[in-house]
Amino acid sequence: MERRTIFPGRAFPILLVLPQLLLTAVFFLWPAGQAIRSSMTRADPFGIRTTFVGAENFQDLFTDPLYIDSIGRTVVFCAAVCLLSMGVALLLAVCADREIRGRGWYRVMLIWPYAVAPAVAAVLWILLLHPQIGLVGRWLNRHGVAWDYKLNSTQAMAVVIGAAAWKQVSYNFIFFLAGLQSIPKAVIEAARMDGAKGLFRFRTVVLPLLMPTVFFLIVVNLVYAAFDTFGTIQALTQGGPGKSTETLVVKVFRDGLINLDVGGSSAQSVVLMAGVIVLTALQFRFLGRKSDA
Amino acid sequence: MSRRIDWPAHVVLGLGVLLFVLPLWLVLAGSTQDPAAISRGDISLVPNLAGFGVYASILREGSPGTGPVWRMLLVSFAMAVSIALGKIVISILSAYAVTFFRFPFRMTAFWTIFITLMLPVEVRIVPTYSVMSDLGLINTFPGLTIPLIASATATLLFRQTFLVIPDELVEAARMDGAGPWRFLKDILIPVSSSNLAALFVILFVYGWNQYLWPLLVATTPQLDTIVIGIVKMIGTETQTEWNRVMATAVLALLPPVAVVILMQRWFVRGLTDGEK
Repeated sequence: MERRTIFPGRAFPILLVLPQLLLTAVFFLWPAGQAIRSSMTRADPFGIRTTFVGAENFQDLFTDPLYIDSIGRTVVFCAAVCLLSMGVALLLAVCADREIRGRGWYRVMLIWPYAVAPAVAAVLWILLLHPQIGLVGRWLNRHGVAWDYKLNSTQAMAVVIGAAAWKQVSYNFIFFLAGLQSIPKAVIEAARMDGAKGLFRFRTVVLPLLMPTVFFLIVVNLVYAAFDTFGTIQALTQGGPGKSTETLVVKVFRDGLINLDVGGSSAQSVVLMAGVIVLTALQFRFLGRKSDA
Repeated sequence: MSRRIDWPAHVVLGLGVLLFVLPLWLVLAGSTQDPAAISRGDISLVPNLAGFGVYASILREGSPGTGPVWRMLLVSFAMAVSIALGKIVISILSAYAVTFFRFPFRMTAFWTIFITLMLPVEVRIVPTYSVMSDLGLINTFPGLTIPLIASATATLLFRQTFLVIPDELVEAARMDGAGPWRFLKDILIPVSSSNLAALFVILFVYGWNQYLWPLLVATTPQLDTIVIGIVKMIGTETQTEWNRVMATAVLALLPPVAVVILMQRWFVRGLTDGEK
């Protein structure tokens, strides 16, 4: 879409976009270029000379069982966060969409966690689940469950998924509610008069109309789970115990800034960039579909 | 319509509210209690009114290993406001340029901005760090904020708003002799003020909640944001004074939560409109 009415002038608009372009070039394109370049080089053990190695870093990456494990773990983590936060949000949105008393109040109480930082959400969960001081953690230990997410890797994964999903429910709730409210009441009434009841009506009438929102949220949630949960994981487990909660982003951070493997970490960055490009392309497909609808 | 109470909906929503409020309440109540009692696991859900003094104390002194909390709050606040305002200004200008003007490489400029959407910091940690240190921006406040100001999302949003401004409005302004700058200042910005408010909320929250970026570029305690500070406090688990940690957590989430609740109406509309 283009505007018909436009202002004359060339230098002025260029001046206007310049700040944004400059920032983009310096802080996005340059580092991205660096990532691609250093993903194809390797430094000697003393860091004095770097040699060009072509695709070798990538070969190493995809034959490294640790990396493959990390991919698998990230997929499980993202799928679980996506399912859990969207499922809970949909249930809450369906209830909040009904004509009940205190709707406005419920909405505020369900929306505020949007503003909580992922890392701070993790802190709230630590204080709830800590094996010695946490209310729930202590209760579990007293009732015969050996609970310590700092030692048990399954528990660690569950805690990280829970904290990440908890924080995202609000966002999904806002979108589901907006989606439900945009469904014309007449459609629901017509279905009601045709005798479609409760769950059946939801499945056959409401859900299909909500599908664009669902697809859109799947992509947004995958991006959130893959990239924005670094703070959550870092605060809760630092990727541990062992490597049991080390997702791809945590691994890039660990390998690059703690183990100082620049080539390997850059290769991982390039792989992640490819992942984001795919997800963004998907997002715009669904966005396009959503605005058509 | 029946006037019966919809019990199932109330139960589900009540449980949902509980799921969100319980952790927060626990931390709020815990912050006022005796740290030794918390360490033993004797945490009570009833706040101890005498213990609220801990807030004054952490604001002044912080926790072992961190600076005073007032300072971290100040850094977070300055960071969130600079990022939000910076993004808004820079995006309005560039969206205005690409929608209301024709100039060479206009679409190239637009796509270059668009690309930043695909390059979050998380995927380019090491090279970004080295660029920052080449520019001497490590451990500086500009380093903390300026690189986060480029924004594809805000530019796209403003572009969409500007595209649907009626041609008649533009024509009328021109006939009244308004130049491009005048038009932007006196017509376009007032017309998009509700988008501006919504975007400010979203971007303020975004800026306040940053974790990886400050962790990367600011290692001096002077530039610790409150989010960095609270994770640091949790990290030193021996001798943790839990009431101080909990009070800091409350202070860390209060400002962005307050902004979202106070500006709820604009925020919700802005968020859901923006994605269409």
